[in-house]
Amino acid sequence: MHWLGRPFNERSTQLFLLVLVLAVTLVTVLHLAVSPQHPLYVSGYTVGLLGKYLCFALLAVAVDLVWGYLGILSLGHGAFFALGGYAMGMYLMRQVGDRGTYGDPVLPDFMVFMNWESLPWYWHGFDMAWFAFLMVFLAPGALALVFGYLAFRSRVTGVYLSIITQAMTFALMLAFFRNEMGFGGNNGLTDFYDILGFDLRSNATGLGLFIASGIALAFGYLLCRSIVASKLGRVCVASRDAEARTRFLGYRVERVQLFVFVVSAMLAGLAGALYVPQVGIINPSEFEPLFSIEIVVWVALGGRATLYGAVIGAILVNYAKTIFTGVMPDAWLFALGGLFVISTVLLPKGIAGVLAHRFRRREASNTTKTEVPA
Amino acid sequence: MRIPCTFLGHARWHAAMTRIVSLGLLCLLIAIPVAATAQDDVDNGQALLEALDVRSFQDKAEAINAIIESEDERANDWLQALLDGDLQRHKDDGRFVIVTDNVGREWPVIDALSGDDLGEMSRRDLARININNALRRQLRSALSMVELYTGDRDERREAAKGLIGKVDDELSDSLASRLENESDEDVRHRLNQALAVYRLEQGDIDAVETLAGSLNSDVRVALTRAADGEGAVADAAQAALADIEQTLKLNRGAETLYFGLSMGSVLVLAAIGLAITFGVMGVINMAHGELIMLGAYSSWMMQQLLPGYPGIAVLLSIPVGFLVSALVGVVIERSVIQHLKGRPLETLLATFGVSLILQQLVRTVVSPLNRSVTTPEWMSGSVAINDALSLTLNRLYVMGFAVLVFAALILVMHRTRLGLEVRAVTQNRAMARSMGIRATRVDIMTFALGSGVAGLAGVALAQLTNVGPNLGQSYIIDSFMVVVFGGVGNLWGTLVAGLSLGIINQVLEPWAGAVLAKIMVLVFIILFIQKRPRGLFPQKGRAAEG
Amino acid sequence: MNLWQSMARRDRVFDFLAPTASSVDVRHGPILYLEDVTVSFDGFRAIDNLNLTIDDGELRCIIGPNGAGKTTMMDIITGKTRPDTGSVWFGSRHDLLTMNEPEIASLGIGRKFQKPTVFEALTVFENLELAMAADKRVIPTLTARLTGEIRDRIDEVLTMTGLAEQQHALAGILSHGQKQWLEIGMLLMQRPRLLLVDEPVAGMTEQEMERTAELLTGLAGKQSVVVVEHDMGFVRSIARTVTVLHQGSVLAEGSMDQVQSDPSVIEVYLGESEEAA
Repeated sequence: MHWLGRPFNERSTQLFLLVLVLAVTLVTVLHLAVSPQHPLYVSGYTVGLLGKYLCFALLAVAVDLVWGYLGILSLGHGAFFALGGYAMGMYLMRQVGDRGTYGDPVLPDFMVFMNWESLPWYWHGFDMAWFAFLMVFLAPGALALVFGYLAFRSRVTGVYLSIITQAMTFALMLAFFRNEMGFGGNNGLTDFYDILGFDLRSNATGLGLFIASGIALAFGYLLCRSIVASKLGRVCVASRDAEARTRFLGYRVERVQLFVFVVSAMLAGLAGALYVPQVGIINPSEFEPLFSIEIVVWVALGGRATLYGAVIGAILVNYAKTIFTGVMPDAWLFALGGLFVISTVLLPKGIAGVLAHRFRRREASNTTKTEVPA
Repeated sequence: MRIPCTFLGHARWHAAMTRIVSLGLLCLLIAIPVAATAQDDVDNGQALLEALDVRSFQDKAEAINAIIESEDERANDWLQALLDGDLQRHKDDGRFVIVTDNVGREWPVIDALSGDDLGEMSRRDLARININNALRRQLRSALSMVELYTGDRDERREAAKGLIGKVDDELSDSLASRLENESDEDVRHRLNQALAVYRLEQGDIDAVETLAGSLNSDVRVALTRAADGEGAVADAAQAALADIEQTLKLNRGAETLYFGLSMGSVLVLAAIGLAITFGVMGVINMAHGELIMLGAYSSWMMQQLLPGYPGIAVLLSIPVGFLVSALVGVVIERSVIQHLKGRPLETLLATFGVSLILQQLVRTVVSPLNRSVTTPEWMSGSVAINDALSLTLNRLYVMGFAVLVFAALILVMHRTRLGLEVRAVTQNRAMARSMGIRATRVDIMTFALGSGVAGLAGVALAQLTNVGPNLGQSYIIDSFMVVVFGGVGNLWGTLVAGLSLGIINQVLEPWAGAVLAKIMVLVFIILFIQKRPRGLFPQKGRAAEG
Repeated sequence: MNLWQSMARRDRVFDFLAPTASSVDVRHGPILYLEDVTVSFDGFRAIDNLNLTIDDGELRCIIGPNGAGKTTMMDIITGKTRPDTGSVWFGSRHDLLTMNEPEIASLGIGRKFQKPTVFEALTVFENLELAMAADKRVIPTLTARLTGEIRDRIDEVLTMTGLAEQQHALAGILSHGQKQWLEIGMLLMQRPRLLLVDEPVAGMTEQEMERTAELLTGLAGKQSVVVVEHDMGFVRSIARTVTVLHQGSVLAEGSMDQVQSDPSVIEVYLGESEEAA
């Protein structure tokens, strides 16, 4: 497993992990050790909000892995995120037990409401945490495997892939909106009580989930970094820039794409699974094409093919969204739309690109390196 | 209005009633009106109407007959008003009035006897002459008979149709005599059917033959009833029913096809602009849906500017919609897309951003709520092919419009200088430039054309659905699917793909439901693209990879 | 069903990626052998009854006017085009007509296209690393280590191609000539038995051409090399044996001097220039 350890030797990864650990620790300390009256106190609400951002950051890292390094612009990662979320939601729903409005020990409220006699087959097993947590990875992974297998085998790439991933997400949204699907239709899954026995309404659980999101982000970042830093990562870049040439070297590009796509989808599922208990609901709106494309813009703004740029972009955009929708909700779509245009037309390399440029310049002026790439 | 056939249970009572009615009608129509003074009219009329204002419905039925027998010229108006619940009596002075508009608290009324305009009256001062369902049927039959004698051709047709299943012994005689004098083939046909239903009820096996193949629902009810029994008549009726069922199935098929073609032509309209910008130029414009939306809003705006002239507004909105969308398209091309040449994925993202901005702009400037566009008179209504199948006119117009737009585009692309230059530029930009073609100008013109066509799609859509800020969003995925399914760069492929997807959707809908049908179509296309990444009609020689 | 088939194919990938150099049997003669090959497109005979043999370790130049069938011949050898008739053998064991492109590539036939395509976002070193013969399945690629052996091999090729100084530069910033050498280097990393090189000096400066000539002649003996080239000066500087193709078949074969004095060759080239004039 030496390849998993490789990123630890990279300066950028060390820096990233340091910042992440410091940030999570700081929030934890400010939440636990500071009195609520103090201006520096971080409330349970804010912890939840930050935890949400961390989930989005993980999702953005997953998208950057396929878009930045493989050149596959997936507009279906919202769907993988939502599937992970639904897997978690189903577990949380089963944990409710007989505390629901209708008091049925097995059936969730919405099934009782629809006069269903028994649990649909695909709901079985979700009362067990290990099974549900496995499904968090397997459900989006399986979808990505089937979809990717078909698409990459037929060499569907570029905008065509983007368009059909978007169609896939759209079809899933329509499907999950149907009550007959057994996922709560319009309302989705909500009114959860506890996770692994911890009360979801308590601040302590919120903090735990926040820390878990931080760990998940670190794990996801490291995993992606290990792939990127391996020879496989170089094959990804090679196939992104010259797919036919890579094939000619004997690499099965479609297998590489499939592997990375599935890994990425699973990470998105993990992000969704951590997101759901923190916001307390999962419904089909996560499948909306807009959400999937929004993720891409976080990455674009942060800077693609850097991974840390994706994290920066996700947190910045979502922070802006929180501010905007609070202050002037109507302006948010203008801002978001503008962001799409700006990040592609004016900032093709994103914030990370600007940072790297600055950094490189300083380094160049400090040292007397002869070779300066054009 | 079609007359509901809920009276079967009351057949005997109904027969008695209609006998009276028809007798009265005959008198009314055959007798030469006797000249009478105006005062007499008022008095007679007052008495006739007084008789209606009684408790017992039995008495009311007789009063109605009395009105019919009175041969009064105003009888038709009274009966119609009575049927509609507009015949009312003033609570204080006992005057009979006809309400002409019953919206709000104050109703405009006219005097039932003199026909004078009485201005507005408070609804609280008026009392309606109540009727029940039996009386309603009696009134309808009576009115049908009156129309059968006095109406123009269309009215007679409707009246004859309304009589199917309501004929009894005595009415049959009058109908038979009416039949001899009737010249219109269609009216005769329906009268014959009405009589045949009557004869079928009497157990006449020959009547089945007359009724065979009819798609009229009342005829089917009668046949179903006859088929219920035993014997030769029942057998014949069963055979005839099976036959009709077959024809109905065909008609349903035709209807599905019609709806499919209609939906397909909407898809073609929505996608054909994209087929030019995406297919021919290779530009991914995710704001294409919003260009459609802008076209639809132009149509709405024209109607706001020209209130009272929906027809002219619709015609004018065709060029206006084209220009508005084309202009916005050019602005998008110049400000965003041209900076992203050769970077399709970035173009996709940037234009998606533009689409968000346009949506929000419409929400802010116009309204987040849906608006509806009035359909001009010549576009509303439907064409009846037979009793079971009628085609709505607005959809027919949209289909025709789609065909026109498509033909025009084919002409532009294959017969004009612009089309030639577009094809030259897309095939080899550098070569085209070296031959003196101004590639940038061609880009702008082509993009304007594709965007303008999106505007035209919007104008057409405004006639079918509500106009709202999200209108475009619901079409963008479909449009891309159509273009990719048909084969990028191929206008004919877009046509075939759009129409066939529309039909597939409509075929699936009855047994899968609208949402599931849509999901199935999407999944089908996703799988299809995996199998044939370059669509139904792949363009040779051009790289299909983005 | 498809899945199973593809898994079966995955096994085959494994098989043919195993070291195969020894499987090419050249004990009984040439490394490449084309006999009576004919191929026509829409009635036009691009290759007409072509016979060609390349010996092991030979450096062969192929010249001929435009449309003589040089590129089509390369396409046939690499499996891109299937001939209508004839046979193509690699050594005396492998019938190339029964194999597909990746299979032929893995047998040890490498091809360099006219337009250089290197991975511009990767360094020179990384380009060579990717090109090296190795287990190219996903997981082995993920866990692959850069061993000393691999490093030595890459260094060797870097020296051979004269790119050692640029090894950490991105391939995107290399000059045109350097890209060509990198691409030849990438071919060499695969340890091919037979190298097909299409117009290697197109667009090169005089010095770059000389460097390329050195590189190619240095390869001969270890690898068999077939060079298709227009530039007569370049061909003269490297060639031992020259084959002239004309209208899809061999017009003449021999040393450069022999070929140049061959009357039929003179006729073809002069005749063409007369027509053009």
